[in-house]
Amino acid sequence: MAGGQERILRGRIRSVQATKKITRAMELIAASRIVKAQQRVSAAVPYSEQITEVVKDLAAAGAASQSPLLAGRDEVRTTAYVVVSADRGLCGGYNAGVQRATEGEIKADVLAGKDYRVVAVGRKADGYFKFRGYRIANSFSGFSDNPTYAIAKEIGQYVIGLFLSGEVDRIELVYTRFISPGSQEVVRRPLVPLERATVEDKPATPPADFEFEPDPTAILDTLLPRYVEARIYAALLNAAASEHAFRQRAMKSATDNAEELIKNLSRIMNRARQDSITTEIMEIVSGAEALSGGSKTVRFIDADPMNDDLTSAGAVAN
Amino acid sequence: MATMHVEVVSPERVLFSGEAVQVITRTLGGGEIAFLPGHAPFLGALNENHTRIFMADGSVVNVAVHGGFVQVNANRVSILSDLAEVSNEIDRDRARRAKETAELSLQREHNAEVATALLRAHARLNATGGMVGTSAGAH
Repeated sequence: MAGGQERILRGRIRSVQATKKITRAMELIAASRIVKAQQRVSAAVPYSEQITEVVKDLAAAGAASQSPLLAGRDEVRTTAYVVVSADRGLCGGYNAGVQRATEGEIKADVLAGKDYRVVAVGRKADGYFKFRGYRIANSFSGFSDNPTYAIAKEIGQYVIGLFLSGEVDRIELVYTRFISPGSQEVVRRPLVPLERATVEDKPATPPADFEFEPDPTAILDTLLPRYVEARIYAALLNAAASEHAFRQRAMKSATDNAEELIKNLSRIMNRARQDSITTEIMEIVSGAEALSGGSKTVRFIDADPMNDDLTSAGAVAN
Repeated sequence: MATMHVEVVSPERVLFSGEAVQVITRTLGGGEIAFLPGHAPFLGALNENHTRIFMADGSVVNVAVHGGFVQVNANRVSILSDLAEVSNEIDRDRARRAKETAELSLQREHNAEVATALLRAHARLNATGGMVGTSAGAH
C-alpha cells in the first residue's frame, strides 16, 4: 500500500512540474509584452496631445460647433457602457475588475429607473454579459492584446452612430488604466457627449491668432469623431498593457504556488518512502528473529512460595 | 537658412519628425497650400493628398496623407492623420493594383468606399512618384 501511495505522489509531482513550466513561460512572455505595450502607449501620446491642443485652439477661436457630440441631452435615459476586457483568461482579476465595475453601474442605473446597453470589447466581457442576460448592443473581439487604430475607429464609429441615432443618450468607457507595471486601476470615463470642460479649457499657451481653412466650426465638426476615436484607442492600449501586467502577475504567483506544491508533495512522498522502508526493515527483522527464535527461553522469576508478600518486585513483574 | 520643425503624427506613432524649409499639403476645399518658416498660425483640415516636405539639405520627403489636420504654430508644423504613409513605406505595386481594381469597379457602379480607395491609391502613387503628371485628390 505504501509503495502505491509513493507512485501516485510521484505522478502528481510530475504533472505539477509540467504546469509550472507552462506558467513560467507565460509569465516571461507577458513580461516581455508589457514593455512593448508600454511603448505603444507612449507612442500614442503625441497624437492625442496634439489633437487635444487643436480642439482647444478651435474652441478659443470661438468655433461654435452645434455638433451633437458636444451637446449633452437634457434627459439621460439610456447609457451605453463600452467595457474593455481581454479575449483570454489566465490573467487574475483583470476581467473580473472591469466586469464588476460595469455591473455595479448598470445596477445603479436600473435602480434609478434608467436603461443601459453594453458594448463588449473582448471575448471575456461578451461571454460574461451574454451569460447573465444583459442587453448587449454589440461586441468587438479578437485583438485585446494588440489593438490597432483601425479597430478603435470601428468601435468609435459604431458608438457615435449609436449616440446619433438616439438609441443611447450617453456613452461611458470602462477600462483598466495602466499606471505602472505594478499598478493598474479600473476607471470609468465619460466618452460622449464630450465634456465641455475638456473642449473649452483654455490652452496652455496664449491663443495665437489662427487662420482657418475651412472655417473653425467645420474643422471642429470633422475633428470631434477623430477625438472620440483617439480616446478609445488610448483606452484600448492602456487595457492591453494592463492585461499583460495582470497576466504576468497571475502567472508569477501560479509558478510560485507550483513550486510550493512540489516542495510539499516531495516531502510527503519522501516520508511515505521512508515509512515503507522502515516497515520493511521491521518485517525483515522480526521475520529473522522468529526464524532464529528457538534459542530464546522464557525466564521465570524465582519467588519464595512461602512468602505471600506480592508487593515484592519479582511478583509484580510476574 | 531658416528652418521649421515638421512632424507627421499618426495615432499609433510619430511617422516623421525633422527640420524642413517648406511643406506643401492640401486642405479641404482650399487647394494646395505651402508653409515656409515663420508662417502665421494656421489650422486646417486636410483631404487625401500627397504632402511634400522639403528638407534643409535639399532632399524631399513624400508622404501620402489620407485626411487629417494641419496645425502651424510657433514655427512648428504638425500634421495629424489617422492614416499617413511616408513614401519609403509604401508598396507601390500594391497601390497600383489597388488603383486598377478601384477604377474597374467604378466603371461599373459608383461606390463611396471604392472612390475613397482610389483616392488613397492616387495619393500613394503620387508620393512614390509613380503617377507623375496626374493630380491626386482633385475630386
